[in-house]
Amino acid sequence: MVQAKTDSETAESKTGTKTQFGYRRHPDQDRADRNAAEHPVVVVGAGPVGLSLAIDLAQRGQRVVLLDDADRIGEGSRAICFSKRSLEYWDRLGVGQRMVDKGVVWSVGKVFHGDSLLYQFNLLPEPGHKRPAFINLQQFYAEAYLVDRVGQLPEIDLRWRNKVTALDRRNDHVALTIETPDGPYRLQAQYVVACDGARSSLRQMVGAEFSGQVFEDQFLIADVRMTAEFPTERWFWFDPPFHAGRSALLHKQPDDVWRIDLQLSRFADPAIEKQPDHVRPRIARMLGHDEFEFEWISVYKFQCRRMDRFVHGRVMFAGDSAHQVSPFGARGANSGLEDAENLAWKLDRVLRQDSPQCLLESYHTERSQAADENIRESTRSTDFMAPNSHQEARLRKAVLSLARETEFGKRMVNAGRLSVPTSYDSPLSTSDADAWRGGPRPGASMPDAPITGLQGQSMFLTDAFMPERQRFTLLEFGNGCDVDAPEGLGVISVGGEGSYADPLALAVTRYDAGPGAAYLLRPDGYVAARFRHPTRSALEAALARASGRN
Amino acid sequence: MTLSTLSNFAKPDDAFRAVVEAHRGLSDEQSADLDAALVLILANHIGDLDVLREAIVLAKRRMIDASQQQQQQQQGAHKGRPYVMSIP
Repeated sequence: MVQAKTDSETAESKTGTKTQFGYRRHPDQDRADRNAAEHPVVVVGAGPVGLSLAIDLAQRGQRVVLLDDADRIGEGSRAICFSKRSLEYWDRLGVGQRMVDKGVVWSVGKVFHGDSLLYQFNLLPEPGHKRPAFINLQQFYAEAYLVDRVGQLPEIDLRWRNKVTALDRRNDHVALTIETPDGPYRLQAQYVVACDGARSSLRQMVGAEFSGQVFEDQFLIADVRMTAEFPTERWFWFDPPFHAGRSALLHKQPDDVWRIDLQLSRFADPAIEKQPDHVRPRIARMLGHDEFEFEWISVYKFQCRRMDRFVHGRVMFAGDSAHQVSPFGARGANSGLEDAENLAWKLDRVLRQDSPQCLLESYHTERSQAADENIRESTRSTDFMAPNSHQEARLRKAVLSLARETEFGKRMVNAGRLSVPTSYDSPLSTSDADAWRGGPRPGASMPDAPITGLQGQSMFLTDAFMPERQRFTLLEFGNGCDVDAPEGLGVISVGGEGSYADPLALAVTRYDAGPGAAYLLRPDGYVAARFRHPTRSALEAALARASGRN
Repeated sequence: MTLSTLSNFAKPDDAFRAVVEAHRGLSDEQSADLDAALVLILANHIGDLDVLREAIVLAKRRMIDASQQQQQQQQGAHKGRPYVMSIP
């Protein structure tokens, strides 16, 4: 096992390696190639997605081998915006509170044009949710906390400096060749999940295409350390006075670090642009002073693309290895975490033979829909920020100027549409047979609501769901007739006797639930089916469908 | 709802005139800016994506017609025949 004494504090160091881990020889490496060790699941890539997936599987009782070709958590803040949905997932993985405690909580965004405020938006205007719309947290902190959690789970065998160099897909297993400082060895896995990032080598090994749109515009990221009194909001400028004709973004991170994104010309030379001497005057113009230090500078171009299929037999792809988006909208890491959450429970059920292998196909169906939505949204944002023609620029100009005077103009300004969980059109969902005026429809993720617990303590619906996360759960609203729930189903009763109470009636409202209404929740907190007055046979049918057994 | 192509104004000439006059005295660049804003304002007022798409298709047919016409003109010129506008 890795000694993950993270030391998240080492992450404070200004440059270079944030946290380093030791390579350790594993007994699997002593085995002859013909007698390679066999494991149920091998996850490749210990980034936020691979780490979260491994934790999720381990919490479900699966043994996981997690391989990473490096031995350190990378430098640079990289992904910094983690969504409400991701925090709710991390709560279920036991790391949510630590992330929120360290992170910078925000829900308000402001959009400026020139030097005047065009409009502001609040991503979570209503109270009664456990988690905020977003936190900002450097990716290296998120990874460090996840590695700490991995260290508490003996089911996970995390092997640093283990680089997969070959992958051979067989009918009943996958054979991997792994390079280490002690030389190569082989492993067999029933399933392999590739979380090895945008330049995934496993994707190349299965010979999959990764095509899409390349954007020519370049963006500069600078993380600067300074003490400043800006509010903890996302500030976006079109054509700011300090960066004429282009766009800029300012975000607060922990440790007095501020993320600044500046749009550059298509023709800018990245080698020159990222020299601190070149960046400094730009940032000084923006901030109005020169009292800051650089933490990290990077120039990037981006692409929006995805694999045709996320499931290749026994090899599955999650996160950036499967899909890549532009950064505007915080849809990269957050969608990768949603991939992990979507896949973990399905893989667990298939490994236990509770569900047929075809359940994994729904991972592709659902998450490729999400990838398409994320690519569509982030492409639109990017096109708005960097118009492709004179006429596109003209239409944008019209929108920006109409936004000063009209509500519809404000709503058309696209400075990034921030990540929300995708609703799936899914074969696992049972269509509504009853009439609903609101609430999450089948295929949508469960909304949170404040409730009180059995001892009268204040808590949230997502807390009540947490102990049930490993199985399908019936969320039932009381004072109706008792539901005769199928065996093995978790039950959360809201209202009625001996159950959670809903004193503010927000759970009832958010679920459009009358007495006796019930939602069948999947282990990932998505709605599989809902009924005004469920019957045993309807629940059984919905459960069979949601488990891939139909 | 579908796109209405019947005449909706009691006095269509007034409507046409209003648009024409809005462009009076503007440079081509300014006119294009005005049109862009006008399109977005009207699109929002309609507030129906299907209708907007139908309108776009109808408007775009001009581009196709224009390019065909241009081709015909060029072919006509090639054959040494002047292009004559046909009067229905």
